[in-house]
Amino acid sequence: MFVLPRNVKFLAYALVLAGAVGLAIGFTQDPVVEAGHDAHGSAAVADHHNDHAAVADEHGDHAGAGHADTAVAHAEEAPADTAVHAAASGDHHGPSESHEAEAAHGDAHAAHGGAEMHDAHHVDQSGNRPWSALLVNSIFFLSLGIGATFFLAIQYAAQVGWSAGLTRVFEAVSLWVIVPLLVILFIAIAGVYHVHGVWHWMHEGIMDVNSPNYDEIIAGKAGYLNGPFFIARLVAYIVIWFGGAYLLRKNSLAEDALPKGQNLWKKQRSLSAVFLVLYAVTSSTSAWDIVMSIDAHWYSTLFGWYTFAGMFVTSIVVLNLIVIYLRLGGHLPWINDNHQHDLGKFMFAFSIFWTYLWFSQYMLIWYANIPEEVTYYMARFGEYKPYLITMVVLNFLVPFLLLVSRDAKRILGFISLASFFVLVGHWMDHYIMIMPGSVGMGYGFGAAEIGGFLFFSGLFILVVGRNLGAAPLKQHNHPMLKESELFHQ
Amino acid sequence: MHTTDSKPLVRALYDDDDVVLGAVKELRAQGVAVKEVYSPFPIHGLDKAMGLKETRIAMAAFMYGLLGLTTIVTITYFQMIVDWPMNIGGKPNATWGWNMPAFVPVLFELTVFFTAHLMVWTFFVLNGLYPGRAPQNPDPRTTDDKFMIEVEDGDHVVDLLKKTGAIEITHA
Repeated sequence: MFVLPRNVKFLAYALVLAGAVGLAIGFTQDPVVEAGHDAHGSAAVADHHNDHAAVADEHGDHAGAGHADTAVAHAEEAPADTAVHAAASGDHHGPSESHEAEAAHGDAHAAHGGAEMHDAHHVDQSGNRPWSALLVNSIFFLSLGIGATFFLAIQYAAQVGWSAGLTRVFEAVSLWVIVPLLVILFIAIAGVYHVHGVWHWMHEGIMDVNSPNYDEIIAGKAGYLNGPFFIARLVAYIVIWFGGAYLLRKNSLAEDALPKGQNLWKKQRSLSAVFLVLYAVTSSTSAWDIVMSIDAHWYSTLFGWYTFAGMFVTSIVVLNLIVIYLRLGGHLPWINDNHQHDLGKFMFAFSIFWTYLWFSQYMLIWYANIPEEVTYYMARFGEYKPYLITMVVLNFLVPFLLLVSRDAKRILGFISLASFFVLVGHWMDHYIMIMPGSVGMGYGFGAAEIGGFLFFSGLFILVVGRNLGAAPLKQHNHPMLKESELFHQ
Repeated sequence: MHTTDSKPLVRALYDDDDVVLGAVKELRAQGVAVKEVYSPFPIHGLDKAMGLKETRIAMAAFMYGLLGLTTIVTITYFQMIVDWPMNIGGKPNATWGWNMPAFVPVLFELTVFFTAHLMVWTFFVLNGLYPGRAPQNPDPRTTDDKFMIEVEDGDHVVDLLKKTGAIEITHA
């Protein structure tokens, strides 16, 4: 039986403690001071406010068509120096529209005056910082658990042979899914009760016609984006995802207790098939709910798959690292370079798959250049550009070049190096998904971000270490075990 | 190939791929030089058992990919930026970098195109596969359901082949 070494346990406790301190510092920093600090940038740039102002204004004098006004909100931002942006504003000032645009421009300036008055709103957004940091880390660590659950289910549903000796590792990581899910539920409940404004559509009065915060576009989405339904969906994800992980683990342990030669493999297969169907739906909806609805005006049909691909590759990377750790400690004598090679292939392939989806989403929006879509990339190709470029390099070029050769995927050092870069890259990816919409210009890498990461890593080590130690690392009665032991390529 | 080798060859016919794999391992362990194995389909692990050199086609593929990428970067740069810049959908075409996202699909396509095609042609050339070439296979049954091991003749080779499960042994 695997036992988490004392020094690793100590390290994990230290991480949890340091992380908790970091989070505490992040949460107790005075948001008003921060707001003053950001005021230079965020007043005009954070696009929420502008959209907001424009729409509110429209409602005020019942003048322009809704579409013209939203477009204007973006045109007004045009001075921000981004390539996408330049292209976008070029389009808006096309000959047929120029008159309308000019007229509306004045309108938006008036509205801008109005935006300055939303001071309470500003404090709201900078107060989002620690919550956003917590959400970034929750999502990042959620990906480890749900990715492993999905991978485990795939092994059963596709009757995979090579991985039968590794299922206990997948199980140990999959059970972790509950921890970040509960933290996300907590963040969501806090949001619904207006403790913070990470999700734009949760802002107070945003769906109330008589409120100065009223936003017509978001009010139109009230049927889906409302507190009770949101919480209900989160609870459904907890039930389905953790339920899947829990049942797969339960059957796997029950199988060990059966007499030799008997197994619950078929049952696991059916269970996995059901889970995969449910996950196919919930992976997309959860991405819309938790991440995409932060930028509530914006939507992308690819977003669910893009988020899923990032989550899955993150999980595979961590599974690689755990398997390497266990192999070096001599806990998995039945696993050799051939198995590692296959795990490495998954990491390589899904890094490319992630890039494909990321680029597909980006290119279609860049090319079509529709104002309500390009807003998403304004901040990301403006203030966040260095991180965005670094992130794409880390998530695509680095794993591609490091792991493209067959030999590299069989050398633990190469896999570990690539894993490190990809993990950093996907953390940054989640950061870039969440921060521009929730804190705008007021982002940074401070106590809350680092603390949140340390806190979750410590917890992750403790929980996964405990799960690994709770059962033998090899299933007794798995029918594919022999195939896994003989697996070679 | 018996035509270039001075030593006489012995050919043994088998009827099972697993037996062939075991036989190759056994023969090589006994110091018999296995010159060639004929099979109607690829046998997993046979190349390792025969001690063949590892292929360098992977490195060639990477180079071909780079060649393809360079080619299409040159083509797009010359055509779309230098020679005949076109304003398509209002996209910036002043520099190649600005217009790059629009080129990515074709960058991918030509990289893959060069890699795939040049790999296949490399394989054909290295193996001397071209239309009209005289068949090199000594026994047509190895294209159907039989397998053949070709070894150098020597002491006890025939006994050893029989022991490993050969169903028919001929001297070339």
